Amino acid sequence: MPAPVNAGTALATARERALAVLGGEPDDQTLGRYLHGIPGVDAVGLEQRAAALGTRSIKTTSKAWALDRIIELIDLTTLEGADTPGKVRSLVAKALTPDASDPATPRVAAVCVYGDMVPFAVEALGAAHGDPDDGLISVAAVATAFPSGRSSLAIKLADTAEAVAAGADEIDMVIDRGAFLAGRYGEVFDQIVAVKEACRRPDGTSASLKVILETGELVTYDNVRRASWLAILAGGDFIKTSTGKVSPAATLPVTLLMLEVVRDWHRLTGHRVGVKPAGGIRSSKDAIKYLVTVAETVGEEWLVPHLFRFGASSLLNDVLLQRQKLTSGHYSGADYVTID
Amino acid sequence: MSFLDYAPAPESRAILSLRDSYGLFIDGEFVDGRGAAFQTISPASEERIAMIANANEADVADAVAAARRAYDRVWSKMSGRDRGKYLFRIARLVQERARELAVAESLDNGKPIKESRDVDVPLVAAWFFYYAGWADKLDHAGLGADPRSLGVAAQVIPWNFPLLMLAWKIAPALAAGNTVVLKPAETTPLTALIFAEILQQAELPPGVVNIITGAGDTGAALVAHEGVDKVAFTGSTAVGRAIAKQIAGTDKKATLELGGKAANIVFDDAPIDQAIEGIVNGIFFNQGHVCCAGSRLLVQESIHDEVVDRLKTRLSTLRLGDPLDKNTDIGAINSREQLDRIRALSDVGVEEGAERWSAPCEIPENGFWYAPTIFTGVQTSSRIAREEIFGPVLSVLTFRTPQEAIAKANNTPYGLSAGIWTDKGSRILAVADQLRAGVIWANTFNRFDPAAPFGGYKESGYGREGGRHGLAAYLAPAPIGQAAVARSAAKPAITADASAPEPTAKRTRRTQKATTKGSKR
Repeated sequence: MPAPVNAGTALATARERALAVLGGEPDDQTLGRYLHGIPGVDAVGLEQRAAALGTRSIKTTSKAWALDRIIELIDLTTLEGADTPGKVRSLVAKALTPDASDPATPRVAAVCVYGDMVPFAVEALGAAHGDPDDGLISVAAVATAFPSGRSSLAIKLADTAEAVAAGADEIDMVIDRGAFLAGRYGEVFDQIVAVKEACRRPDGTSASLKVILETGELVTYDNVRRASWLAILAGGDFIKTSTGKVSPAATLPVTLLMLEVVRDWHRLTGHRVGVKPAGGIRSSKDAIKYLVTVAETVGEEWLVPHLFRFGASSLLNDVLLQRQKLTSGHYSGADYVTID
Repeated sequence: MSFLDYAPAPESRAILSLRDSYGLFIDGEFVDGRGAAFQTISPASEERIAMIANANEADVADAVAAARRAYDRVWSKMSGRDRGKYLFRIARLVQERARELAVAESLDNGKPIKESRDVDVPLVAAWFFYYAGWADKLDHAGLGADPRSLGVAAQVIPWNFPLLMLAWKIAPALAAGNTVVLKPAETTPLTALIFAEILQQAELPPGVVNIITGAGDTGAALVAHEGVDKVAFTGSTAVGRAIAKQIAGTDKKATLELGGKAANIVFDDAPIDQAIEGIVNGIFFNQGHVCCAGSRLLVQESIHDEVVDRLKTRLSTLRLGDPLDKNTDIGAINSREQLDRIRALSDVGVEEGAERWSAPCEIPENGFWYAPTIFTGVQTSSRIAREEIFGPVLSVLTFRTPQEAIAKANNTPYGLSAGIWTDKGSRILAVADQLRAGVIWANTFNRFDPAAPFGGYKESGYGREGGRHGLAAYLAPAPIGQAAVARSAAKPAITADASAPEPTAKRTRRTQKATTKGSKR
């Protein structure tokens, strides 16, 4: 089992950082004071900025680079009740060979599956399983009673530990939105810390933790900003917009806002946290807007697999069609890319 | 490669079909000017775009005479509904030719295509649509029943928003029933001349709008002409003051929209990321060539360092260069003369002890350019905090309490606009109430809407443009006693020579017109 290089932040470090930033124990009162002391978000202004970033015109060589990079940042995902080992093997095959007509096509960053499908994904990947920074493919598992998160902490932790034991390199957990909206920030914080602890492997390394905020249920931008800070303070390696099961899922303004938090956190601590928009990004055109937003908000160095991901399934084929078009000069069609 | 070095994405110039030379647009035709023709250049490359006719006093007289004829014979007699039809038609043609107008504007003015495409031209169409709707509703303009148009309007506009300022001037004037002689700025006549072609396309009766090109002396001759009933000017305070002197003692009415030195006030509870965007948009939009630009940043002392730091980071991502590239954020300075003025005032800022910081960007070899610049440590007594620079230069000042912010914001000879950034709604209202500025933006900046009146206090001019107020500036109340008479004697307003014909291609679909009362009797 190859151990990912970016094996998450050490728990002790994360806790020290949080205490230093908060200036006290992470209970409801201290977290509440901190999160409510963060400047507000002006919704109109945020959406205008996102729309302005969306008007960038990415052409020719820039477009070619962007399309390849989008593929390298995709968590190719199947999260259905109907998932089977066969479906997961098919997904892995697509991840390994995105475009059968062009062997030069880069591979995706990871495959993202339910916890019980991890063994099949690991087996299907074989030697290709590993860190995307090395050109290999990670296995990400959703955990903690995904997508609702409505179950006891014990079950969430068991869910997580089982996926890690089965070989998952990354855990996509959901926060307890009910607790967050009720102001029980300490509870949300403690759960994230506990799940991060459950990501630890016997050898001392740790699976990377993505914290899903489910922004569609948080509704306001102020809430999204607070939840982002909370997840980062608790030690999340990534903050992720959505499960894909709630509408609206990822939007450009929400992703921009989360990137601004990540940028501010980096300014404050020097520590880099990743962002993963997931759900609803289906076209190359949209995905390029996200790349632009990342590059112009946190900087180009964030466009690497351990700092930015797309959670998507149908996006890959649209990117492949655009990629073929750049090479051949004309559009092919849905039957010139493979389904998984 | 660096992704952020986006590959060039130039908007094509192929859509333009420019002539080598343009005449004066008088009485519905292009005619030669009798002054010495001049060239208009692209400020981004200094290449020649076209030769432009120069109107001398005789040409000005011809244009005013044509406007008077059109006023007496056609436009003042036409019903408001029919005038509205022409305005709607112009608005639609502007939309149809939007891309062409945007490319021409960016070429001639130097502003980024994304601004001419997404801001200027859509607002031009919006202005004509808005005032088209007013044309048959003048009774509700606030002057009582049956207000009168003024006659011939002389309109002189600046180079910063050539086509938009044209729309701000022409749309309300025509809606109210006036005819127009308009002089665009010497350095940016191109879109006004394309607009003249649109007027021909719209089959606007000859003489209703006349467009004469030239320099300051042409404008002075126009304003001074005795056949003019109304003067509308947007430009510098110095010229505005000269116009006010020139027309003093005559019965010419005037609207003057002059300079500004707007305060953009950022309180410590402001939504910080959006405030940064607002500051950038406030002063670096259109290279700072905006009379209502937020050129004085008043930031609460407690967050000064953070705001300046974030601002510098943000400015470093701005792209300066080819105005026709779709990714350009900062275009060219409109003229060498303006560039010299910006440089001179910036040097004064350094001499006065303020700290200058300019965004690191590559300056093209040809053309006129100035990197986005901020001055920190600026005092209220500094010249760069008093005088309008009209360029991409921001002066940063601090305050401690809301009272101090208001006092500093109002401590200027100007009073055109202001901005307030805070998360607290009650503070927005309390501060806005005490600012002496014609336009106040809360948690945004540089937003325009045809329904919102725009204009200034003190040396920023007088009169309002936009909205009902902008319409009223082109109207006078009916003489006492006559409104009631006119109202009772409502008569069919459509006569053979005064009706708006449908465009040629659509005449067959012409339907019966309702009789309405005219706005002018």
